[in-house]
Amino acid sequence: MEITNSYETVIVRTDILILGGGMAACGAAFEAAHWAKKHNKSVTVVDKAAMDRSGAVAMGLSAINQYVGLKDGDNTLSEYVQYVKNDLMGIARDDLVANIARHVDSSVHLFEKWGLPIWKDENGKYVHEGRWQIMINGESYKTIVAEAAKKALAELGDDGQYFERIFITQPLMKDGRCIGATGFSIREKKFYVFLANSVITALGGAVHVFKPKSVGEGLGRSWYPPFNSGASTYFTLKAGAEMTCQEIRFVPVRFKDAYGPVGAWFLLFKSKATNALGEDYMETRKDELQKWLPYGAAKPTPANLRNHLMMLEVNEGKGPIYMRTDEAIQKIVDESEDPKTAKRTLKKLEAEAWEDFLDMTVSQALLWASTNVKPEETPSEISACEPYFIGSHSGGNGAWVSGPEDLSPEGYHWGYPNMTTVKGLFAAGDASGASSHKFSSGSFTEGRIAAKGAVSFAVDTNEKPDIDEAVIQQLKEDTFRPLELYNEHKDYANDPNINPNFIKPQMFMFRLQKIMDEYAGGASQAFKTSKPMLERGMHFLDFMKEDSSKLAAEDTHELMRCWENIHRMWQAESHIRTILFREETRWPGYYFRTDFPEMKEEWKVFANCKWNPEDEEWEMIKREVIDLA
Amino acid sequence: MPSFVINQKCDGCKSHDRTACMYICPNDLMVLDTEKMKAYNRAPDMCWECYNCVKICPTQAIEIRGYADFMPLGGVVQPLRSTDTIMWSVKFRDGELKRFRFKTRTIPEGSSVPDAGFESSSDDLKSPLLRTEPASNGLDELAKL
Repeated sequence: MEITNSYETVIVRTDILILGGGMAACGAAFEAAHWAKKHNKSVTVVDKAAMDRSGAVAMGLSAINQYVGLKDGDNTLSEYVQYVKNDLMGIARDDLVANIARHVDSSVHLFEKWGLPIWKDENGKYVHEGRWQIMINGESYKTIVAEAAKKALAELGDDGQYFERIFITQPLMKDGRCIGATGFSIREKKFYVFLANSVITALGGAVHVFKPKSVGEGLGRSWYPPFNSGASTYFTLKAGAEMTCQEIRFVPVRFKDAYGPVGAWFLLFKSKATNALGEDYMETRKDELQKWLPYGAAKPTPANLRNHLMMLEVNEGKGPIYMRTDEAIQKIVDESEDPKTAKRTLKKLEAEAWEDFLDMTVSQALLWASTNVKPEETPSEISACEPYFIGSHSGGNGAWVSGPEDLSPEGYHWGYPNMTTVKGLFAAGDASGASSHKFSSGSFTEGRIAAKGAVSFAVDTNEKPDIDEAVIQQLKEDTFRPLELYNEHKDYANDPNINPNFIKPQMFMFRLQKIMDEYAGGASQAFKTSKPMLERGMHFLDFMKEDSSKLAAEDTHELMRCWENIHRMWQAESHIRTILFREETRWPGYYFRTDFPEMKEEWKVFANCKWNPEDEEWEMIKREVIDLA
Repeated sequence: MPSFVINQKCDGCKSHDRTACMYICPNDLMVLDTEKMKAYNRAPDMCWECYNCVKICPTQAIEIRGYADFMPLGGVVQPLRSTDTIMWSVKFRDGELKRFRFKTRTIPEGSSVPDAGFESSSDDLKSPLLRTEPASNGLDELAKL
């Protein structure tokens, strides 16, 4: 225990603990600070990175994908709820979606005041990319939001604390209630114990659970950031919270390899995607949509069904699939009144197209530059990425949380807004499930909702939680075991990575990715799986669970990688178990159950799961889908 | 190797332990070699090419060489961030150069106010009204389902 003991134990007491540093955590900090100040409470934010560039918006964004436009009467809450529900093939919590939607415009208006440039038309109205999406100059989006969040925290004086570069490992539990978290600094030799009245988890989604298509340097070019490693799912599962939609992975279709966004091309530039023969598969294959009614008839066509039609083309050998950028731009230019306007239009479109990538996926601009692609001249290839776990986009996985009292029917409301089924534990952003399509603005907003609930809980439950020394010591030993294990065995072999006494996190991750890819319907299997395949995958996952106690780390950075992959492994298990439980195919284009190839009315329910900390058993639960809109 | 450091330009931020790129990398990849006093990317295959190290480097010593497993050599995309704009230079493999300049913010850094002039109308912890609402929604009350 020499190494473990060399880490100082630091105990931090706070009323409201916010875990994460992305959009949801920033929203939580902004809101919690306000209510905490009124009620004399303290707020602590703990971030794995540096808030200015932490989370999925680290690189920037070119659009805000959730803006309802309520003040101008552009849309109604009910319309937003129906849009989300259809896109998720009927599986969404109307109360949660509506709750975010009724507050989200407020967040966007705040962003604008904080300095975010939002495109405006000649009448001063936001320029829309699509019905719900607005265009921004978003290179500094996260920096701008982080500035406001930090300033809000500072309003609390000493009662508002921000810790950066601390990796959260475990929830702290006492008598079934979440009373904090443990973690370690990746900069100093410190073990942290955060004790709190209420805890908000906003630790992001999960990337690199499935094998990515690029496995060399391009491994890092995941569509969602590689530093989103499943911490939210792990944290809530381990606390014993009921989870929902763990089967609803998201498979984005993006520009091939560099994964540049397609939204602006489809929506703003009205571009078409076609097969290699120039056929628009959304037209030629529209009969297929009839098999997936009523969602197949919804406008816009659900994301997974658009994927599905494209995959049918690819399976028939009609690829590559192209985004016809050249035709789209030509069409807009042709609508110009004279050659001079046409030239100006072309110049403007060119800048907009490049900014779309430069704001949020610079690699795609680099790929165009390195392959001499000019979008106005040549089309670009698109393809399906690997699967991701992201409750904020067109996926749905996350914790099953309470809705607000004034919107939620019985069964959807059991306490404070956004509280999980575990007392004192709240979830927002990618951490909360069944409330898809919140994106950046909605995640920030959900953080606000959860924070108000968490302050309310802390005020009502005004007791300072404590924890035994022995428990802390045990958690500390568990945290640093990979360092001890490496140190103990490192001299046995002449290669630091190849040693029969341990496994390094990178190979552990590759093993997980291989299992998920080959048995749980990854990209190499064209997203197909079945009961025998899933059970075989589970068989190999059981070995991984055993081997996870043999993870070894040479330094603190590698220790973080060990824990990230433990987190990913739990995300993988809850995914396999839930896909196995749901005996139908509901999201073709995300995954196909070859043994149950059709959608069934009896499965128009939530497939939830829970890991019980007492007996360490998994439980699968069906929950009713209640229509409110 | 996604982000790489140009030896001649990097001065290790003249620091003893921490550089600007180490501070900002969301994936904890940039490290300072304290013997050479040069920073480096310790795991290029975990690099998202988010360009945050490139943007923050005080000596412009960091560039990106695109993922070699799918990008041909020769393309360069380099940003120059000023107080309220960013200028991108895009050099194509065939030598063509394009420049784009975009706005990044509308008010000076550090000048934002959390409430942004919106009044919070409710003091009630149990009310669904959030901080700055309903003023910040642009409505008199919360929208209903």
